[in-house]
Amino acid sequence: MSCLEIQNLHISIGDKPIVKGFTLTIASGEVHAVMGPNGTGKSTLAKAIAGHPDYTITSGDVLLDGRSVLAMEADERARAGLFLAFQYPSDIPGVSIANFLRAAVQARLGEGEDLDATAYYKRLYAKMDLLKIDRKFTSRSVNDGFSGGEKKRCEILQMAMLEPRFALMDETDSGLDIDALRIVADGVNAQRGGANSPGILLITHYQRLLDHIVPDHVHVMWDSRIVKSGDKSLALELEAKGYDWVKKEFAAA
Amino acid sequence: MPPTDTLSLPAADTAMANPVAGIDQSSGNFSYPQNYEFDAGTGLSENTVRYISEVKKEAPWILEFRLNALKKFLAMPMPTHWATKDLENINFDKIRYYLSQGQKPKRTWDEVPDDIKKTFERLGIPEQERKFLSGVEAQFDSEAAYSNIKDLVAKQGVIFANSTEALREHPEIFRKFFGKVIPTGDNKFSALNSAVFSGGSFIYVPKGVKVAQPLQAYFRINAENFGQFERTLIIADEGSEVVYMEGCTAPKFSTSTLHSAVVELVALKGAKIQYITVQNWANNVFNLVTKRGVAHEEAEIKWIDCNIGSRLTMKYPGVVLKGRKARGEVLSIALANDGQHQDTGAKMIHAADETTSNIVAKSISVGQGRSTYRGIVHIPRHLKGCRNNTECDALLINTNSRTDTYPAITVRGDRNATQHEASVSKVNEEMIFYMQSRGLTEGQAMSLAVNGFINDLARQFPMEYSVELKRLIDLEMEGSVG
Ligand SMILES: Nc1ncnc2c1ncn2[C@@H]1O[C@H](COP(=O)(O)OP(=O)(O)OP(=O)(O)O)[C@@H](O)[C@H]1O
Ligand SMILES: [Mg+2]
Repeated sequence: MSCLEIQNLHISIGDKPIVKGFTLTIASGEVHAVMGPNGTGKSTLAKAIAGHPDYTITSGDVLLDGRSVLAMEADERARAGLFLAFQYPSDIPGVSIANFLRAAVQARLGEGEDLDATAYYKRLYAKMDLLKIDRKFTSRSVNDGFSGGEKKRCEILQMAMLEPRFALMDETDSGLDIDALRIVADGVNAQRGGANSPGILLITHYQRLLDHIVPDHVHVMWDSRIVKSGDKSLALELEAKGYDWVKKEFAAA
Repeated sequence: MPPTDTLSLPAADTAMANPVAGIDQSSGNFSYPQNYEFDAGTGLSENTVRYISEVKKEAPWILEFRLNALKKFLAMPMPTHWATKDLENINFDKIRYYLSQGQKPKRTWDEVPDDIKKTFERLGIPEQERKFLSGVEAQFDSEAAYSNIKDLVAKQGVIFANSTEALREHPEIFRKFFGKVIPTGDNKFSALNSAVFSGGSFIYVPKGVKVAQPLQAYFRINAENFGQFERTLIIADEGSEVVYMEGCTAPKFSTSTLHSAVVELVALKGAKIQYITVQNWANNVFNLVTKRGVAHEEAEIKWIDCNIGSRLTMKYPGVVLKGRKARGEVLSIALANDGQHQDTGAKMIHAADETTSNIVAKSISVGQGRSTYRGIVHIPRHLKGCRNNTECDALLINTNSRTDTYPAITVRGDRNATQHEASVSKVNEEMIFYMQSRGLTEGQAMSLAVNGFINDLARQFPMEYSVELKRLIDLEMEGSVG
């Protein structure tokens, strides 16, 4: 059982404060959906937690099993069990998915430990089959020339291979067609349940993803912090009423 | 200057270039006793040239050749009207132009700096070679292996020898081709090499002979190949094929700050020569090399050239496409790290109909590193059916690095075609962050990005070389992040 605690996090880019006091605790196995209008700082939050060097955490803390990760580089955080599925994944020309993931898996092994190549490929192919990704993709450069939906699937493939303890999924549903949405959701759900079930922070704008990946908690982000939390019905309410409703309620409060 | 009669075997120039392994040259840990029995002293004069020729017991025509070259060298200005002014920092008076056996810097393995040991470790250099490379042992015992391959190819009639040896034993054939592809006065540094050359290889492949194994593999640590002014001449007779691999992918630690080689290739009708270089120089080295081949009818010359390290590298392998349907190719990779300048490129001189040439040049600039591409493609109007493809890609890692491209393509006449593509890309922070977020360190992320950039080229290299190249890049990139 693991726990990711985001405590009163304030994040700035340069001198500009973007996130102003975000608090949330995620236990392994839980899915927390975070919804909020464009530009509220959802991606900023996710990248800052993952350790992006441009994002300064001015106050607050992020604890992984009680230990602050803020002094760690992005790669250390990743090896400690954090994973970010990007809203806009970068492409890496000339580096195949197979080699990239292999390097990432290898990076998690101890000094002097060598990756078992056969076992690795077997696992990779199994995960690809699950996500219905054509085998041809293993030799394609990471995200290079991928369609929007292919990129998102590739993110989930990486997540499946790296088995994080906590995943921050930033609009993984955007760009996916209806079938792909289901496939990706199935892929995520396959990682849930069981002993190694990751805790998930799911950033999304749409209920349709939450139909497939049913959240334990839903949080509404407004003006750079959580203003309302509830169960899965909150997302339905939000879908029906839009953000104005939250805005009014929040302004009244 | 009294001559010595003990020398002139391949081992003779051993001490010249390699042994004192990338050490701060100014620290003065390794001094060469002034002993004219063994070296030519510092500075360059007619006496230096006469001395070298005498030690090598050369025929009079070679001495003439050398002296004439010296005159040209002294008369020619530094090419700083187009090349970097950094060339002016070469102090020719401080350079030792010839050093023979007997002059071996002495040091123990314990005295070899740790980072150098670590580099050897990482590169997987065999124990024995490590000691040689770091100057603990003056000579790597590769003679046995070397004579094996020499004997093996000799059965096919192939002459594979040290250039000193070849000048003595095969003067007719040597003389016929020597200095013909690259005339002495081609440039200031080819003139310098022509005056003081020693070491390098001579290869003659007879008609129709296809040399099965690449020449060099067993002989990469051969003494004279470490020469500072080596001279290589390869002649592939009609319909023959040969692959030559040069250089050492271990950091090439040099006692001297100037390396100036000349390499001439002659591919006669229908012959194929492939010349592969992967070099990693110490940061204080001026690496100024002239490489050119002549491809006769339906012949093919391919240069694969990888340059890492050095203070300044200037190298533009070329092919003169002399016969109908000749083909020329240059595939090059240059990596300029902080404080380094890679000024590289290619020259394709089309001189017959239906000749084709291909240039793919990739450069990587890291930190304050600087890469320059210079290319010449010349197709005169009277020719027809000639084609050239030029592709230059530059990768910049961090904003201070710099890249310049000077592709001079003169294609005249409407019966010839050329295609030119150039790109400059950056390894941006987002890409590095993306990789780091998967658990790769910054250094690993950067080397992955660089390896990705050169991947399509490196794939065309012989396996052994692309693996070593990858390892070298890993090392460079690791060192480039804090
Ligand atoms: N590198 C940056 N420099 C300056 N401002 C930035 C930078 N990155 C993000 N911002 C700003 O921070 C705010 C929050 O952006 P962020 O991407 O976190 O929003 P979001 O909630 O993810 O929006 P969306 O739903 O559209 O993805 C925006 O106003 C954005 O313009
Ligand atoms: Mg966003």
